[in-house]
Amino acid sequence: MAEIFYWDAVRRAHDEELAHDPLVFAIGEDIGLPGGTYKATQGLFDKYGEERVVDAPISENSYTGIGIGASMIGCRPIIEIMSVNFGLLALDQIINAAAKIRYMSGGQLECPVVIRSPGGVAHQLGAQHSGRLEKIFSGTSGLRVVTPAFPADAYGMLKTAVRCDDPVVILEHEAIYNLKGEVADEEHFASLEGARVVREGSDVTLIGYLMSTHWNLAAADKLAEQGISAEVIDLRSLKPIDSETIRQSLAKTHKAMVVTEDEAPVGMSAEIMAVINEACFFELDAPPVRVAAEDTPIPYNHKLERAALPDADRVAEATRRLLGRA
Amino acid sequence: MEAPMAANDRKRLLREMVFARRFEERCAEAYHHRDIGGFLHLYPGQEACAFGVLERARMGHDYVITGYRDHVHAIKSGADPKAIMAELFAKESGSSRGRGGSMHIFDADSHFMGGYALVGEPYPLAAGLGKGIKMKETDQIAICFMGDGANNQGTFHETMNMAQLWELPVLFVCENNLYAIGTSLERSTPMHDQYKRAEAYAMAANQVDGQDVDTVMSAADEAIDHVRSGKGPYFLELMTYRLRGHSMSDSGRGYRSEAEIKRWMERDPVYLFRDQLVEEGVINAEEFDDMDRDAQQRLDDEIVPFAEESPEPDVADLTKYVLDEDTSTALGQIPGGGK
Repeated sequence: MAEIFYWDAVRRAHDEELAHDPLVFAIGEDIGLPGGTYKATQGLFDKYGEERVVDAPISENSYTGIGIGASMIGCRPIIEIMSVNFGLLALDQIINAAAKIRYMSGGQLECPVVIRSPGGVAHQLGAQHSGRLEKIFSGTSGLRVVTPAFPADAYGMLKTAVRCDDPVVILEHEAIYNLKGEVADEEHFASLEGARVVREGSDVTLIGYLMSTHWNLAAADKLAEQGISAEVIDLRSLKPIDSETIRQSLAKTHKAMVVTEDEAPVGMSAEIMAVINEACFFELDAPPVRVAAEDTPIPYNHKLERAALPDADRVAEATRRLLGRA
Repeated sequence: MEAPMAANDRKRLLREMVFARRFEERCAEAYHHRDIGGFLHLYPGQEACAFGVLERARMGHDYVITGYRDHVHAIKSGADPKAIMAELFAKESGSSRGRGGSMHIFDADSHFMGGYALVGEPYPLAAGLGKGIKMKETDQIAICFMGDGANNQGTFHETMNMAQLWELPVLFVCENNLYAIGTSLERSTPMHDQYKRAEAYAMAANQVDGQDVDTVMSAADEAIDHVRSGKGPYFLELMTYRLRGHSMSDSGRGYRSEAEIKRWMERDPVYLFRDQLVEEGVINAEEFDDMDRDAQQRLDDEIVPFAEESPEPDVADLTKYVLDEDTSTALGQIPGGGK
């Protein structure tokens, strides 16, 4: 068991899948000779060549479509979109083509394509490099959407996504690539479904994914100092959302705190709240609360940028309020 | 380059073209009877394009992809006309089991990879088919049929650029019917010759008459030979005209003069080929009438009744085909994989 960087876990999954199947190829901007903006394909261009680790011109919609087209005849493309904000240019191919081809062909064809893209708010990248677009993909029938928050899932979910016959969108985070975590040395695959309890607790359930899982873990530490036991659920998959793991936790804690990095209006928090309402209403003894980003483009100024986002302190404070311990 | 076409093959090709014409006309009739819903885009006037190119390709081996005016390309690719008509009638026996409709005909067995409703969307998909062919190292090619209107989409430029850069085995066929719905070519782009736009990406390209199927076939021979021999993609522009409106809700008249329509009707590809075969002595006028009657009879006796009598999809199957029904792989259960 080695402790490795998140980016290295992604790189290792690429390497193993490229070695496993000659029809796997990676395509994206600067992923080949330059090694990838986040090093997720470092060294693979030399190992597998330019036909399998493809440097694409800046044409997000069409190189994504090339991956989708190749997947229709048995290739297993791993498409990298350098920033999820650029993914907006590729939505026609992802949403109108990849997500619908199995259905509108009556099951004759499938698009076993993986689309990886980092998003979220990093450090002063400004409004057009700080998008959190998970709501768009998670609201689209025909896609699977996963959000690996830890190196082990970054490795195991990419491995599974490549083998899976559905189109899978993997949302990564620019500020998590340098997180270190343990990844088992032997090859393994992680499920693309199912949330995970990443910290057990009994007073309240903090529900998040990707960056908000890390806020929630830090908030749980702070709350513990004040004698509050918080359970933390990492959703891992945004489509489908695992309502049963949430329900089991709420059956114990009876209080739900939903934390997301995206804006509240029509955001992931709205969907998670709806899932709680539908699946867990009778487990609750207080209305669920959400902590989400402010409804604003992300500003450049660092103080404003931080003010636009939740963090561990805000999660802890909102939790105390929910518990009447403010 | 190719041996002269045998008389029997020329006769068969004309029979196929007549059948496609009658198939589309029968669709219009069914649409008026509300047996067909949604949008319906018909092909009359452009038959020499699909038939001329695909006659020279290897159907069931090469891949074909196109936009939403897709019935005839699917038929020539080898899809069963009964399944296509049933699809239009929204039946479970349809080519897409009633989930697709007119704009989304698919037939995986004949390598007809679909009709797509977003203008220009198939360009990158076609290049992706080419990328897949290249990775598998087969002698297949991908053939992408699009209209002139698609060339004003970003996907045209992005795809021409990458297809040529990576020398992908794709034949792009531009059926230039001079109108993007109701907006003419002249009112859409300053570069009227579409093949020159592809040439700007250093792609081999040609422009020929798209009404004369013999001309199309010989241009297709050159284009297909280029692509199959590994020289990279090719852009073939076929000058054509749709005799009907853009779809059933468009008369096709408000933006086109009667004189223009009449001029193109005189160059109807089905009748041009008929006249050619009569002149060659391959058929006589009565034989053509027989072909025509046979086509209509096949539609009336076999194809339309099949569509009418087939059952609709079961509502219980509404969410079938959204994702793979077998979720074991998604759950990380990989046979022989990992621990």
